[in-house]
Amino acid sequence: MGNPNVGKSVVFSRLTGANVIASNYPGTTVDFSKGKIRIHGETFEIIDAPGTYSLEPTNKAEEVAKKMLEEADIVINVVDATNLERNLYLTYELLEQKIPMLIALNLWDEAKHLGIHIDVEKLQEILGVPVIPTVALTGEGIRNLVLNIEKATVNPKIRFKENKDRWIAIGSTIQQVEKVEHRHHTLRDRLSDLTIKPSTGIPVATLIILGSFYIVRLIGENLINFIFDPLFEDIYLPIVEELSRILGPGILHTLLIGPYGEEIVFTESLGILTTGLYVPFAMVLPYIIAFYILLSILEDTGYMPRLATLVDNILHKLGMHGYGIIPVFLGLGCNVPGALATRTLETRKQRFISATLLAIAIPCMAQTAMIFGVLAQHGVAYLMLVFLILLIIFITMGVILNRLTKGSSPEIFLEVPPYRRPSFKAVAKKTWMRIHWFIREAIPFLFLGVFLVNLLYSLGFLQWLSKLLMPIMQTLFGLPGEASTALIIGFLRKDLAVGMLLPLNMNPLQLVIAVTILTIYFPCVATFAVLLRELGFKDMVKSTLIMISTAITVGFTLRLIFFGLPI
Amino acid sequence: MIAKPPSLGIPLAELPEQQRARIISIHGGRGFQHRLHVMGIMEGRIVTIVSKQPFRGPITIRVNGTHMTLGRGMARKIIVEVIP
Repeated sequence: MGNPNVGKSVVFSRLTGANVIASNYPGTTVDFSKGKIRIHGETFEIIDAPGTYSLEPTNKAEEVAKKMLEEADIVINVVDATNLERNLYLTYELLEQKIPMLIALNLWDEAKHLGIHIDVEKLQEILGVPVIPTVALTGEGIRNLVLNIEKATVNPKIRFKENKDRWIAIGSTIQQVEKVEHRHHTLRDRLSDLTIKPSTGIPVATLIILGSFYIVRLIGENLINFIFDPLFEDIYLPIVEELSRILGPGILHTLLIGPYGEEIVFTESLGILTTGLYVPFAMVLPYIIAFYILLSILEDTGYMPRLATLVDNILHKLGMHGYGIIPVFLGLGCNVPGALATRTLETRKQRFISATLLAIAIPCMAQTAMIFGVLAQHGVAYLMLVFLILLIIFITMGVILNRLTKGSSPEIFLEVPPYRRPSFKAVAKKTWMRIHWFIREAIPFLFLGVFLVNLLYSLGFLQWLSKLLMPIMQTLFGLPGEASTALIIGFLRKDLAVGMLLPLNMNPLQLVIAVTILTIYFPCVATFAVLLRELGFKDMVKSTLIMISTAITVGFTLRLIFFGLPI
Repeated sequence: MIAKPPSLGIPLAELPEQQRARIISIHGGRGFQHRLHVMGIMEGRIVTIVSKQPFRGPITIRVNGTHMTLGRGMARKIIVEVIP
């Protein structure tokens, strides 16, 4: 246990082996990781509790941390040596719990570097439990920490009547153990100031975001071109073709592989074994991997709180606060992790607004690529138009939802940690846990989605529905009736749906309308499933109604602007 | 005996960038006070304004070597005296 940003997760990843799993604390949206450690042939379970400043919880994550403490046999309190005073508050609270405890005095090298001298023996004597200096980033002191786990003890003497007494104890402890030399303004401080001041911070943030996208695309595309596509086309395709011959025509063939006698196209055949596997693994997963690597690095360097500070102002007017940028940022890669990230926000209202705006106005990477593909040939102006419209919708809907949604949207309050070099091991472990989570939780839904659409298509239901929607397309939006099929496919794969608009020979302005509606009206099935889980049934119904009515309003308005009244 | 003149406190939100000040009092409920206390924001501490986002956006401050971002509304409840 420990404060946020003290390197808990790095210590954790140093202590545990490869078998680490991320879980959800039952009944909450708080994540934590669990792993195993072997000492003298005995296996212990070790839990990385959410960061907390005190045992008087101010949010859900801190509540979880407190509950976990009640089940703990031994507590390892990770303390930031560069900020001993603030960290000691939690330490004293933990000592009062009378659970055997030891302390990892982390960031030891950084403290020395900053001219902070801590008398470890004296500190150990005052606190009455083992104190081990560690540098989790390099692994220094970790062995010593492990060896001392058995020596974890309780200090029976520590008990306070009031908070005030605790602060007095902290003050006297600091006086006895800590000496601080005068320090100079370092390069890192200057960098920190530059990235948080609006005049320089906003250009830097723009560069970082654009750079991130470039890198994500680079990693994602290379993974697809050199690993996933060859795997599917060269190794997997012949197997499916063989299976197709064995199966012969029939409903089983249609469901498993796709229409019999036609060439197998992984993106279009709609069979469980063709599209059902290809879409989640070869189209979505590579970008997810790339995105999570980058996000983990950005998180571990300490950049995210700075970004949140810079964008807080605008997001606060939309009913969220600075951290609302994370779902947006992730959602631009793939809406699924974006939807998951809405849980970083504190209140129900904030999460509802964030999730709804994400589903309405944030196109995922695959979709963006297809929008480029469809519109770029008609000129960049049309592309800009689509994204401008989406931005206007994002802000307008945010302001409206902020007014209409009940509940509070508290102000931003967060620590801005100093920049730190990310640990390769911690980033790798975090990325892996997230990908693992994605495969386990999201991919089955994608799989099921492909199956359902194929089934409904085979039964003729989708054709019926799309015929039903044709008049709406023509009269309300000024589009060819056949565009309704694309809308329906869009529930499964938004990018495929955009592709389906191509053969309809629409003019550029019609394409702008079609592409915009396609983005707004509904999230893809995987995002929908995750949102349903995050928001609950009632809020999801509300959110869905908002999406559909926004799509109709925006579509009709655009039609009026571009082509005038329907005749 | 000379009485100490009452110090003129102003809200933290109104300080300019780079200004140093000492916290005199924090207004608000117990929960709010506690949230600030555990982050090291309490009476007697010296704060420096690191940056202020425009259009009444959040303020970033430094207390005890830690940087923190807080909303303007919160910064209005923290009363300080300027240290020249």
